[in-house]
Parts: sequence; structure tokens; C-alpha cells
Amino acid sequence: MTLLAPDAGERMTLAAVKGRSLWDDAGRRLMRNKAAVASMIVLGVLVLLAAIGPYLVPFAYDQVDKQDVWLPPLKEGHLLGSDALGRDLTARLLTGLRVSLAIGLVATTVSLVIGVAWGAVAGYVGGKLDEVMMRAVDVLYSLPFIFFVILLMVTFGSNIILIFVAIGAVEWLTMSRIVRGQTLTLKNKEFVEAARAAGLSRGAIIARHIVPNLLGPVVVYVTLTIPAVILAESFLSFLGLGVQPPMASLGTLIAGGASDMELAPWLLVFPSLVMVVTLMCFNFIGDGLRDAIDPKDR
Amino acid sequence: MLRYIGRRLLIAIPTLFLVITAAFFMMRAAPGSPFDGDRKLLPEIEANVLAKYGMNKPLGAQYVDYLAGVARGDLGPSLKYRDKTVLDILNENYPVSLKLGLSAISIAAVFGVSLGVMAALRQNGPVDHTVMTVAILGVCIPTFVTAPLLVLGLASKLGWFPTAGWNDGALINMVLPVTVLALPQIAIISRLTRAGMIEVLRSNYVRTARAKGLPESLIVRKHALRAALLPLVSYLGPACAGLITGSLVVEKIFNLPGLGKFFVISALQRDYTVVMGMVIFYAALILVLNLVADLLYAVLDPRVRLA
Repeated sequence: MTLLAPDAGERMTLAAVKGRSLWDDAGRRLMRNKAAVASMIVLGVLVLLAAIGPYLVPFAYDQVDKQDVWLPPLKEGHLLGSDALGRDLTARLLTGLRVSLAIGLVATTVSLVIGVAWGAVAGYVGGKLDEVMMRAVDVLYSLPFIFFVILLMVTFGSNIILIFVAIGAVEWLTMSRIVRGQTLTLKNKEFVEAARAAGLSRGAIIARHIVPNLLGPVVVYVTLTIPAVILAESFLSFLGLGVQPPMASLGTLIAGGASDMELAPWLLVFPSLVMVVTLMCFNFIGDGLRDAIDPKDR
Repeated sequence: MLRYIGRRLLIAIPTLFLVITAAFFMMRAAPGSPFDGDRKLLPEIEANVLAKYGMNKPLGAQYVDYLAGVARGDLGPSLKYRDKTVLDILNENYPVSLKLGLSAISIAAVFGVSLGVMAALRQNGPVDHTVMTVAILGVCIPTFVTAPLLVLGLASKLGWFPTAGWNDGALINMVLPVTVLALPQIAIISRLTRAGMIEVLRSNYVRTARAKGLPESLIVRKHALRAALLPLVSYLGPACAGLITGSLVVEKIFNLPGLGKFFVISALQRDYTVVMGMVIFYAALILVLNLVADLLYAVLDPRVRLA
């Protein structure tokens, strides 16, 4: 809450103190939610594994070994077995998890920046501009987006940066609607009026007073966007349009596993398991955060 | 009402125009051409082929031609399937996708609503927790995980269902693909129903009905359910989009002759006209469904006034 302008007067200080205690409350409520806490622990472990795991496995994710193909789990030092090229599934899975999580974070950040900026400006400025901006969102909403992402990948080839941008550009619409709704209620609050009276420009009010106060609903939506992005990426990878081999993502691993599942079911089961656990953790944390920050539905 | 429909249709036209424009130029910006084959065509033959499809003109002129064609309802010939028009391909393959999608959404509606009502009536009880856990699982397990796992378990190992194929829509062939498509929708619909029911059961008119001494089953069926299902109507559009996305995967995994299978292949083969035709088809479908959802909403809920 130190983001608030220092010149905004005593009322602001009071609001800041009260605001912090609200966050404390939310934190306490979140900690009482067993599913959310368990998910945070599991997710923490998964993130740690994705970060350092690949260095602990004695194989590289793209290391081909013609001797050790189709090994089931726990054979010849391959903890989770190996694939058709003798590549170690543990190494590939950890690398894939890392790639998927990275895509989730980066693409969500892209959608966050676009969505918050778009929604805050539309909501705060209002009038004709609001109408035009939100009408554009409505129009984009009604497009079969997956087709455009597919077309984008086909047009520009699938490189990782493009995957970030394409998925992020699709996911910002809901964010902008949430942010606009919040901005509409915020902009008539006393502290915004005070900032206006103090002579701050529109841009400064949006950046320093509106956006920091949007944090609650935005945080909730971000935790629910990350799994949606991971899902979208693996969907593309499954269709052969996402991350390209020998690089791995959870989606490419599942796609590969699905085609070899009769011979080597472990290639399908382990990546699927990691994917489902990861997505569930994000969803439980998101639900927990929503209950904690906005307790009216309990 | 009629004025509202008219206005919405007027908005739909620029939206479709935008879709067509974006898809057209993206498709053309892609490297490669539909006539790239294993053998390189002789320059004269290639020039002839290009001329036949009007592709020797500048891109702007081709775009205008295409728009004029679409306005007349002509989506052009396929560039890969030489003796078929895009309309032929759409016509031949949409029934499969439609049958899959309709079966999935009907099953999802029945199961989702029942589960949601059951959970709401026993809020915070064991039934509620089970249903909500299953619902979260349904949202988190992507179709391309459920599909191969079901095939591996129920088809390959147990042999109850065929692993793939359409077989003219035989029931046994449809069980697995429809299940896979329906599962995420069941999850979402049960969550929506539960949330709606919980809110409605707390409302004043339900309390009034209870005070009158009406039996609980009548209150649930007549008073609560109707209002609680309203949010589902607005979910119609997104549900359709979800089914389309799902069908891309399901038709690929189960090797079904539907539209979804064509899209990715056609995009990769640079079959411009087929890709454009499918984008237009799906965009129009989603626009119409969104309109239907809004109209239904207004009909079902007298509090909503269309303006």
C-alpha cells in the first residue's frame, strides 16, 4: 500500500491501514483452506523440481540412447523409464514441466498487462471510449479464437515467443472485463476524488490509485489464467503446433505418450499425472484466494 | 424484440467481415503454397494452376474477389481436394461434428444439472464435496488426456468399445468420443447449476413458497430450478466454443470424419479456401448461438429487457 501517493492526505493513511488489515484477514482465511494450502505446498515442490530437477537427473532431456529404448520405469537408472529414442522420461518430464510453467507465467503476464491497461482505461475514462473499447472486446469474444491461434502458429511457424504472445493475446479479454467493472466502482470512491482534487492527471490516477486497488480480483483471476494458458499451450502442442521437438512441454509429452500408449503406457501416464496435478493446484489456489479475498459467497 | 434481433445481426456482419479479413491475410502470409508437392511443378503449369484459381492477381484483388464470392454464398473450390468445393466439404462433414456435439451437450446438460442440484441441496455435505471435487477434476483433465486413457483402458485392454473410427455413427463407436467431449462440460455445468441453486434457495420467494407449506420437491422443481438454470443459458455460446475446440482433439484421436479433423490438416497444407470456409462457418455458428442465448434469456427471465 506504499504505492499510494504521499501527498494524498490523512484520509489516505487511514485507508491504507485498514486496507492492510483486510489483506491480513484474507491471508488468514486462505491459510484455513486445507485444499489451497496443500495445493500451495505441492505446487511449490513442482516449481522447485522444474527449476533444479533437470540438473539432478543424470540424463539430458534430448540425450538419445539407442541401447536403452522403451525401458519401463526403474530400469537401468531411468526412474520413470525411457521413450522410443532411449531418452530419459524423468529428464524430459522435468524439462517439459519447466517449459509449461514458464509459458503459463509469461503468457499470463502478457494477458495481465493488456487486460489491466485496457480495462482500467475503458472504465476510468468512460463515455464513448469505454463503449468502443468494450464493444471491441465483445466482438473478439465471439470469435473462434482457437482457429486464430492455430492460424498464427501456421503462419509464423511455432517458436516459443510466438506461443507466449498468441496465447496471452487471447486470454486478456476476461481480465479486461473484470478490471473495467472494478474500475467503475472504484472511480467514484473518495480517495480517487481526493486525488483528482489534488490535481493529478488521469494517467497518474489510473496508474497510482486505480490499478493498485484492483489487486484482489486480478490476483484471483491470474491464478485461474495460468492453468488455462498451460492447457492452451499443451492443446497446441498436442496438435503438433506448439513447442517443437526435441524440446518438451507437458503437451508434447502427452501427445507422444498417447501415440505409443500400447507399447509404453508409462510415457502417457506420468506426464498426464503431472499435468493434472499442476492444473488442480492452480485451480484450488484460485478458488481458495477467491473465497479469501471476496468472502461474501461463503 | 425484432429491432433488437435486427441490430444484433447488423453487428454480426462487421464481426464476420473482421474474421474473414484477419483469416484471409494471415493464411496468405504463411510461407508455402497449396501447390507445393513432392515434385516441383513446371513454371508454365504452375502459372496455369494459379490462373485457374485467380491466384495470379495481386493479393488485394483476390481479397475483393473472395469477399464478393462469400457475399454470393460461394466459398470457392478446395485447392487440395481437386473436385470438391468448400461447401461440399462442409456439407459432407458437418453432420458428424454436429451429432457428436449435440450428444455431448445433451448428456452434459442432464448430468451437470442433476449433479449441481444434488450438491446445492446438500451444501457443504459429503455429496457436495464429492461433486465439486469431481467438477474440478473435470475442468483440470484435458480432453487429450482423458481420450487416450479411456482408449487404453476401456478399448485396448477391456475391449468394450472400438478404439477409433466412425462406422456410420454406430452407438458403440460414439460412446467414448462423446464421453470425452461431455466430461469437461459436465464439470462446468454442475458448478454453474450449484452456484445458481444456492443463490436462489436463499431468495425471498423460495422462503415464501416454504412458508406456504409447499413440499420441498415442488419448490426445487417449480420455483428454484427455473431461476437457477438461467446462467446456463448464457453459457450456451462458450459451451459451443469449448465443444469445437474439443472436437479438434477428439476427431483426431478417434479418427472421426468430422470438420475438426480437416481444420488443422487444411491449415498445414495451405488449403486457403477450406480453412477460410471453416473459420466463417464456426464464427457464424458462435455468433448465432450467442444471439439465441441472449434471446432465450430475455424470454425466460421477464426481468431482462432487450434494448
